[in-house]
Amino acid sequence: MKNTAKIKKPLSGQSKFIFFCLLPAIVLVGMFTFYPFFRGIGMAFQKYTLFDLTDIHFIGLENFRTIFAQPQFLQALSNSFYWVFISLICQFVIGFILALLLKKPFKGRGIYQGFVFYSWAMSGFLIGIIWRWMLNGQIGVMNDLLLKVGLIEERIGFLSDPKWSLASVIVANIWYGIAFFAIMLLAALQSIPDDLYESAGIDGANWLHKLFYVTIPYIMPTIIASTLLRVIWIFNFPDIIYAMTNGGPAGSTHILATYMMDKIMFGGDYGQAAAAGVIMIILLAMYTIFYLTATKSGKGADF
Amino acid sequence: MRHRFQTLGTSMKVLVLGLFLIVMVFPLYWITITSLKPSDEIFSIPLKYWPANLSFDNFINIFNISNFHIYIMNSLIVSLTAALAVLMVAVLSAYVLARHQFRGSKQIMYAFFMTQMIPAFIGFAPLYIMMSHFGLLNKLYSLMIVYTAGLIPFCTIMLRGFFHRIPSSLEEAAMIDGCSRLTALIRVILPVMLPGIAATFIFAFVQNWNELFLSIMFIDQESSKTIPVAMNGFITKFNIDWGPMSSGAVLSVIPTIIIFAFCQKLIVGGLTQGAEKG
Repeated sequence: MKNTAKIKKPLSGQSKFIFFCLLPAIVLVGMFTFYPFFRGIGMAFQKYTLFDLTDIHFIGLENFRTIFAQPQFLQALSNSFYWVFISLICQFVIGFILALLLKKPFKGRGIYQGFVFYSWAMSGFLIGIIWRWMLNGQIGVMNDLLLKVGLIEERIGFLSDPKWSLASVIVANIWYGIAFFAIMLLAALQSIPDDLYESAGIDGANWLHKLFYVTIPYIMPTIIASTLLRVIWIFNFPDIIYAMTNGGPAGSTHILATYMMDKIMFGGDYGQAAAAGVIMIILLAMYTIFYLTATKSGKGADF
Repeated sequence: MRHRFQTLGTSMKVLVLGLFLIVMVFPLYWITITSLKPSDEIFSIPLKYWPANLSFDNFINIFNISNFHIYIMNSLIVSLTAALAVLMVAVLSAYVLARHQFRGSKQIMYAFFMTQMIPAFIGFAPLYIMMSHFGLLNKLYSLMIVYTAGLIPFCTIMLRGFFHRIPSSLEEAAMIDGCSRLTALIRVILPVMLPGIAATFIFAFVQNWNELFLSIMFIDQESSKTIPVAMNGFITKFNIDWGPMSSGAVLSVIPTIIIFAFCQKLIVGGLTQGAEKG
């Protein structure tokens, strides 16, 4: 973006090369990511509904006031919190255990990894559809299994009962995200030099000591970076919920991302949707700053 | 004593790994089994964990009741084109961002990282309006363009990590031999980082193949539908027709699973290495 200033000076071969290499990327990202983004932020302060496109005008904070008065928005806000943190913690812990178990090579490890990591290649939409089928209240296999084992007496409407719905979509999301953490953490674990463990062993450390004094400190940068990225990603991830419940029943599974999608796709109120989006960005920015300060890894974001 | 602990540890490990395997594989198993059941068996209780009569009806049906072959073609065309396009653009930008520090280079990287935080839907309405101005609604071009643009930042970050691993003495030597900058890049550098390029390409392809919401928004016309748009159409307001849905799910997941099976090491290595040096 700043290169345009350079252009006025006679260009050396090198800066010409840099300029032309960056041009396509900057133009495309500017036009199809940043322009719609800023335009969308503008819409948050406008009356902008699909049904009345002739009457678009600036209304200040009206959209924000309207959505904050909606119980559904407030529920989506608190649901987002559970959705992100329960998903994240479970994905991380389970993924970490899996990575630890896979650290030492064993026969067939490659094939095993293929079977437990493949969820990475599937779409959130498809995973949502599959879980929706498994959790079906009448003929879902999950009910059937739980009945067989004797854990439940009658079928549960996992996705139709507001008591269970949020927990159900979170379980599907945890299932989806385990592979991500296992992959990232496994790569980090494999970069730990063996002699660190050897010298810890000579000092008489047992496996628990080794875990907390060698392993975890060594891979801390990966843990911080992957959890930070993952929070942002889960927060902005509507696919699974859209496919499983589309926010229902009675809004009990809406998170901010699906609430916003609902406003655009079904409500046609671009202004209110954008206002929800602005609130999401503010929350994410606050979270990122807080997280980077708390973990003192400001350097991590430095290039 | 120590020996006994070790065998106990090992059997625990095997047990936990086995449990993981079942939990991770079961959903895919279940949708596949469902797709192979005749439709009356899908909805009958007691549930059959293995179909009594294996049937390919759902797979035949899906091609009869919908133009699934067209959706597959469209998905392939869009995903491949956009993955190639993003690769070409991102290789150039990643290369100069890896090799040069100049005024604005930091800001560009920050801007690229920022894009990862943007909630996708905030730009949807403006994008929709833009595409209708360009007359691209219901055209596959609209998807190719937004997919390409959307993946440039992440792929640039990823590829930049790979370029960092290659010493710049390599292209300097080529340039002394009389290569231009661009030929040095194409002839000398790119072959060396082929694994990184392949990983990025596959990553982009899978992302494009799986994308849902933009395609629902831009595409409504039968001849331009991609697989996710069509699958979304199988969801009606109150119900899902599980026969075609299950076979559609299996068909749509086959390409990515095959890619994953063959290139698992490459992708996993690529993602972790590329992100490492972010």
